[in-house]
Amino acid sequence: MREIDPDFAALPMRALADAALSRARELGAEHVDFRLERIRHQTLRLSDGRLETAIDADDIGFAVRVVKDGTWGFAAGIDLTTGAAARVAEQAVEVAKVSAAINRERIELAAEPAHGERVWTSSYVIDPFTVPIRDKVALLADWSGRLLSDDRVAHVDASLLQVKEYKFYADAAGTVTTQQRVRLHPVLNAVGIRDGGFDTMRTLAPPVGRGYEYLTGSGWEWDDELARIPEHLAEKLAAPSVEAGVYDLIVDPSNLWLTIHESIGHATELDRALGYEAAYAGTSFATPDKLGTLQYGSKIMNIVGDRTAEHGLATIGYDDEGVETQRWDIIRDGRFVGYQLDRRIAHLTGQKRSNGCAFADSPSSMPLQRMANVSLEAATDGPSTEELISGVDRGIYVVGDKSWSIDMQRYNFQFTGQRFYKIENGRLAGQLRDAAYQANTTDFWNSMEAVGGPETYVLGGAFNCGKGQPGQVAPVSHGTPSALFRGVNILNAVKEAGQ
Amino acid sequence: MSTPQETVERALRFSRADDCTVIADESTGANLRWAGNTLTTNGVTRSRRLTVIAIVHKAEGVSAGVVSRAGVAPDQVEDLVRAAERAAAQSGPAEDAAPLIDAAHSGHGSAWDDPPAETSVGVFEGFAPSLGEAFAAAEGDAQRLYGFAQHEMNSTFVGTSTGLRLRFDEPTGKVELNAKTADMSRSAWAGAGTPDFRDVDVAALTGELARRLKWGERRIELPAGRYETLLPPSAVSDLMTYLYWSAGARDAHDGRTVFSRPGGGTRVGETLSGLPVRLYSDPAAPGLECTPFVVAHASSRDSSVFENGLALRGADWISDGKLAALLQTRQSAALTGLPLTPGVDNLLMELPGATATLDEMVARTRRGLLLTCLWYIREVDPQSLLLTGLTRDGVYLVEDGEVVGEVNNFRFNESPVGLLSRLAEAGGTQRTLGREWSDYFTRTAMPPLRVADFNMSTVSKAS
Repeated sequence: MREIDPDFAALPMRALADAALSRARELGAEHVDFRLERIRHQTLRLSDGRLETAIDADDIGFAVRVVKDGTWGFAAGIDLTTGAAARVAEQAVEVAKVSAAINRERIELAAEPAHGERVWTSSYVIDPFTVPIRDKVALLADWSGRLLSDDRVAHVDASLLQVKEYKFYADAAGTVTTQQRVRLHPVLNAVGIRDGGFDTMRTLAPPVGRGYEYLTGSGWEWDDELARIPEHLAEKLAAPSVEAGVYDLIVDPSNLWLTIHESIGHATELDRALGYEAAYAGTSFATPDKLGTLQYGSKIMNIVGDRTAEHGLATIGYDDEGVETQRWDIIRDGRFVGYQLDRRIAHLTGQKRSNGCAFADSPSSMPLQRMANVSLEAATDGPSTEELISGVDRGIYVVGDKSWSIDMQRYNFQFTGQRFYKIENGRLAGQLRDAAYQANTTDFWNSMEAVGGPETYVLGGAFNCGKGQPGQVAPVSHGTPSALFRGVNILNAVKEAGQ
Repeated sequence: MSTPQETVERALRFSRADDCTVIADESTGANLRWAGNTLTTNGVTRSRRLTVIAIVHKAEGVSAGVVSRAGVAPDQVEDLVRAAERAAAQSGPAEDAAPLIDAAHSGHGSAWDDPPAETSVGVFEGFAPSLGEAFAAAEGDAQRLYGFAQHEMNSTFVGTSTGLRLRFDEPTGKVELNAKTADMSRSAWAGAGTPDFRDVDVAALTGELARRLKWGERRIELPAGRYETLLPPSAVSDLMTYLYWSAGARDAHDGRTVFSRPGGGTRVGETLSGLPVRLYSDPAAPGLECTPFVVAHASSRDSSVFENGLALRGADWISDGKLAALLQTRQSAALTGLPLTPGVDNLLMELPGATATLDEMVARTRRGLLLTCLWYIREVDPQSLLLTGLTRDGVYLVEDGEVVGEVNNFRFNESPVGLLSRLAEAGGTQRTLGREWSDYFTRTAMPPLRVADFNMSTVSKAS
C-alpha cells in the first residue's frame, strides 16, 4: 500500500485532534470525534476538441462532532490551529446544549472496537493530479478528434472529472485513521444529426477508484470503444422506433448498475426506512418489519453491501465514524436480510455494530448514512451475455445508462439507456429508438430469471449520489453481471410525449 | 484575516498574466431540519472561497487558467495566483476567449467597500417559535411534521485587471413543510422561497397542509391515463425551470435541443403556446432580486469566464406565447446572430391580465386532477424535452368544482415545451418554490396552470 502524501501527512492533525477531543471531554461530551479533510477536484471539459472548462478546486478544513447529554452537536472550522480546534469543539458542545431542548430522541452510538493508528490508501498507480493539464487536454482532444473525423459525428463533448480525497479521523475511544483515495471519470459523448433529428452516443466507461492509468489502458479498452461509437450512433439514428409493450430484457451491467442503485441501494438504507429522509429523499417500501421475510427478488438474486471492493468508489478502510469497513449480505437467495447502517441507526434498532456506512462529503458536512458499493453477485459458472441473449425469443438488450427516475418509496422506476437492441429468436436484430423500461421494484427483481457469469461482471457507478439537507453528494459503485428479466414494460418516449 | 476586497486587490497585484479576474465569495448559512415533530439537525456555516482566472495570450490563442480554493490565508494568495497562471500556461486556447468586460458593459452592484453581508441563526428568530407551535399542534392532531429551513447569504466580489470592481449581496432562503398522518398513509407538502424569513407565514403553510390532509380522508384509485390537470405554481416552477435550463443558444444552434430548428438555426420566433404567456428573468424583479452581473467561476456551454461583470438586464425567453430568446454568451450570440441574453438567477411566468387563484380554478373544473408538487424529474428525450417524474404528497380528484378525494400517485411523462401548446388556463402569478430543483434554484414566481391531457403514464404505489 502506498504512503500518505507528505504534504497532507505534515499537517498538524494530531495536535488539532488532541486539542478538540480534550476540550470536548472537559465540557462533558460523552462522545467526541474529530475529522480533518482535504479534497481536491479538477474538472476538464472539451467541446468539439477545444477546451471549454478547466477548473481546479482545493478545500481543507476540520469538524468536531459530539454527543452531549444525548444530543448531537456539530461544528466546523478552517483555521488549522490548536486554539481554533478547541474553539470549534466548544461550539459543537454549545450547539448540542441549545438543541437539547427540542430533541426528543436520545443519541447513542453502536459500539466499535478502538482500532488504534491505521493508515489506508486506495488502489491506484498514477496520481492524476501529477499529470500536467496539457497532457490530459491533449488526450481528450485526440479522442474527440478521432470521433469528429467520422462524418457521422456532428459534435463531441469530452470531460474528465478527478478527485483526490484525504481524510484524518480521531475519536476519544482511541481510533486514529489517515486515509487517501483517488477517483476519476472520463466521458465522451458524440452527437449525430440526421433528417432533422438528433441523438447521442456516450462511452460506457464507468467512474472508478483508479488513477490516471485508467486513461492509458488499465481497466478499460478506450481505443476499441471509441472506434465503435460512430457506428453505434449512426445505427441508432437510423433505427426504427420501439413498439411499446411487454418484452423480455437482457440488461447489460452498463445499465443495470443504476437500477441496482435506485431500487436496491437507496431502498435498503435504514435511515430512509425509518423516516429520517421522509420530507426529501423519501422513505422505503423495505421497512424493518419486512427484514428476513420480504422476497425482494427471485432466488438467484444475491446482493451484497461492500465498502472493501478494489477500485470501488465507496471503498475505504474506515468510515467517517471510525468503523472498519465490511462486506455483508443485503439480499440472499432473493430474501431481504440486511440494511446499510451508521452507528446511531445501528444502536437505535438494536444492532450490535454498524456496518460502516457513515460518510461526509466535505470537512464542513456532518456524516450521514451513505451508500456502500451495493452489488449483484454473478452466478458461478453462469452464462455469458451472448448465452443469455440466445435464451430470448422476443426481447430487448439494454446497454448503457441514460435517464433514471424512481418514486419516493422506491417502488415505481423508469430508465432509458444508450442503446436498445431488438432480440429475435435468440439473436440481436439491430437497434431500436425511443425506448424506456418501467417497472415496480419487487416485480422487476422477481422477474429475474438468470444472471450472467463472472466474465460479464462490471463495476459501474456514479460520483454524485445525492442525499440529506443541506444536500451532500457521495461517490458509489455497483458491480453487476448481465441479467435476464421476463415480461418488462417498455414505453415509447415519442408516444409518451404525445407526438 | 484580510477583507475580501483586500484579497481581490492583493491577487490582482500578484498577477503576471496578460489579464486576470478574481472572484471572492463570502458565504454564511443557517439551517434547521426536523422530522416527526422534533428537530433532528441544525447548523451554522461560514465559507470563504477565492477564484483566480489567469488569462494568457499565446501565439495559438488565448488561454484561461482557473483555480479555486477555500479558506485562503493572505500569505497563500500569491500561491493561488501562480497556480492559475500555471494552469493557463498548460491549457490550450479557450474557445470562448474574448476581451474582458469594460466599464461600459458592466453591471452595477452594491457598495464595493462595505463589509460582506452575513446571516446567522437569528434569521429564524420569528420562524422558529412558530415552528415549535406547529410541532405542538401537529402532535395534538396525531400528525407528524417533517421539513427543512435554510438561509444563506452570499457576498460576491469581482475584480478584474481592466479595472472592474463589482460586489453584490444575495440572500437565498427556503422552507419546506411536510405533514403526514401518524400511519404515514397520507402526506401533504408546502414550500416557500424567501429572502429573509420575515415573509414566511408558518400558520398559513400548516393550514394549507391540514386542508390537504383532510381532502385525503377519502381515497380514490385512478388508472394511468391523460387527465386535465391543475398544476400549482410549485409544479409549474419545476417544469419551467427545466425548460429554462435547456434553453442554451449554443446547443440549440448545434442542432441538439428541443429549441433547434430542423435543418439548422434555432426556433426563436416560433409559437409555443396558444395563450400569450410570458416567461422571463429580471434581476430587479421585486422579491426575487439577484446578482445583476455575470459571475462565472468556470466556462461552460452557457457561461464564460471572460464575461465576469457583464451587466444582466434580464430577458423575455417566451413572449406572447412565442420563443423570444435563448441563454447566450458573446460567443453563442455571434454564432446565432441573436441578442446577447445571458442567464439570470430567477425565473417568472405570467399571463398578462390573469388573476385567478388555484381555488378559483378548482371551482370551475368539471373533472380533473389537482397536484401538489413534482419529484425526481429527469430528461427522457432531449428532442421533445420529454421529462419523467412523480407526483408527490397529494394528488386530488376535482369533480364539479370540488375536491372529492385523494388519488394515488402517478409517474408522469410530459414535456414542458409540449404542454405549453395544451395550456387551457393560467391564473395569477405568485412567488413559489419548486420541490425538485429548490436545492439549486429558489427565485421563481409562477401562475397555476390548467393543462389538457397531462400524461400520467403509470401508477406509483408510493404514499
